Amino acid sequence: MNDKIFKDFPQIKSDYIYFDTAATSLKPQSVIDAVNMYNQELSANIHRGMYDNSVRTTSLYEEAREIVAKFINAGVDEVVFTRGTTSSLNLVAFSYGLNHLDENSEIIISEQEHHSQFLPWQEVAKKTSAKLKFIELDKSGKITVEAFKKVLNKNTKVVAINYVSNVLGYINPIKEITRLAHEIGAIVVLDAAQAIQHITIDVLDLDVDFLAFSGHKMLGPTGVGILYGKELYLENLEPFEFGGDMNEDVEKTLSTWKSYPQKFEAGTMPIAGVLGLAEAVKYLENLGLKNIENYTKKLYDYFFKELSKIKGIKIYNPNSDTGIITFNLDNVPAHDAISYYAEKNIALRSGQHCAKLIHDYLGIHSSLRVSVYFYNRIEEVNKFLEVTKEAIDYFQKIGF
Amino acid sequence: MSNLDNLYREIIMEHYKNPRNKGLLADDRYKTIRIKNPSCGDDITIQTLVEEGIVKDVRQIATGCSISVASASVLSEIMIGKPLKEALDLAENFLNMVSNKAFDESLDLEEAEVFNGVKQFPARIKCASIAWVAFKDTLKKE
Repeated sequence: MNDKIFKDFPQIKSDYIYFDTAATSLKPQSVIDAVNMYNQELSANIHRGMYDNSVRTTSLYEEAREIVAKFINAGVDEVVFTRGTTSSLNLVAFSYGLNHLDENSEIIISEQEHHSQFLPWQEVAKKTSAKLKFIELDKSGKITVEAFKKVLNKNTKVVAINYVSNVLGYINPIKEITRLAHEIGAIVVLDAAQAIQHITIDVLDLDVDFLAFSGHKMLGPTGVGILYGKELYLENLEPFEFGGDMNEDVEKTLSTWKSYPQKFEAGTMPIAGVLGLAEAVKYLENLGLKNIENYTKKLYDYFFKELSKIKGIKIYNPNSDTGIITFNLDNVPAHDAISYYAEKNIALRSGQHCAKLIHDYLGIHSSLRVSVYFYNRIEEVNKFLEVTKEAIDYFQKIGF
Repeated sequence: MSNLDNLYREIIMEHYKNPRNKGLLADDRYKTIRIKNPSCGDDITIQTLVEEGIVKDVRQIATGCSISVASASVLSEIMIGKPLKEALDLAENFLNMVSNKAFDESLDLEEAEVFNGVKQFPARIKCASIAWVAFKDTLKKE
């Protein structure tokens, strides 16, 4: 990556190291400008006003849909704007799950799941008496096709899993899992929140039925996300939220809805966020996901190799695919260790990262997580390694 | 000297390594409250026995960071033998102290005063507070 790229991100400062992209990415100036432009110049609603600013806003909003659709190779009407991955997955769980599952149904899920995928389906299972079936993870925490086959059967109705785990960073074999799920007529609901910023996603090639991701993990603003759904499903799916703009005709006794995707976009949407997200996609496309992947991989490989050499550390996800290293300092609870890094102005994550089940699987209460991306540099990694050695010495000295 | 030395005082480390009044009792006379912090994995349970307006006993079990574990231990030690009203005032005062709010400095927090440094680390206020919130809740169950 050349120096120009670092200048695109006003959050990057020489005395601050940001290794928490898996929580939320930094935002380039072009995204910030788009959000500001909407608020300063337009500040109009969509699909409603007949005046210039409203017409212009509507057209930018719908253009953004086209940009996102092209980015994942979807049809433009298959792209629903939501408030984030969590909203997207709740929509599928409650609109599809509640109406299609019963006590004979099984939902395949895994201990890798972020709570945004796990909890909606746990709720649906509770309400419909459907069963949750967990894919047995292998000893490194990975989902294998073999393990998936063991829980797949004729009662499986939904496979709700992640593309990339937010704790382990492994890419799951989604294409093969989807093929097998479809053979028995189950749908696949994919959480792509940790994949979309790292690897090219082609929904036609993957063939998943629903796919969810957030804007803010892929250089976009917070408060906006995407639900992709195959036309066939979106057409028959009931709305999850009801209100303004999503209806076609409202009567005292019975009302009707617009077609998809509009029927899923009730109320005033995060318009500034949508316009910002379009710029984020353009930024990623300009840079090229392949270039991002190559750069991140190289930086990660160096990071992992050097961190592994330090005595007094346990890494839980060797050879991660997407720049995530999850680890602990020996005998130091993650929340104690994080305070040392915070003092040095290094941002990383500590805790359970909204994924408690994988921590139970690993047999730990909490962990530290660094995640690197294309705007991180080798100098930052070196500084981190140095601080980590200091931290180990410090905590040993005071008695941990 | 690291800024963190204000947080990791010797007494805190000592309690972290040797927590007092550790282990719960299966005794119906005790009121029990468990609080888990889902974001960090802290898991703290406090049991109190109150008789004739006096906190007769406090038991605790805590997993988590050094601050949360030590805080539960220190709490259990200073609360045993305190009249109910005083115990509540102390807990309130402690919670105000660690969250950098106004607190009554004339009240003697005893060993719990070592948590005074927590207020410089806003991210750690919760760690220090959990046991004390749970303790207050056990008294509310009276």
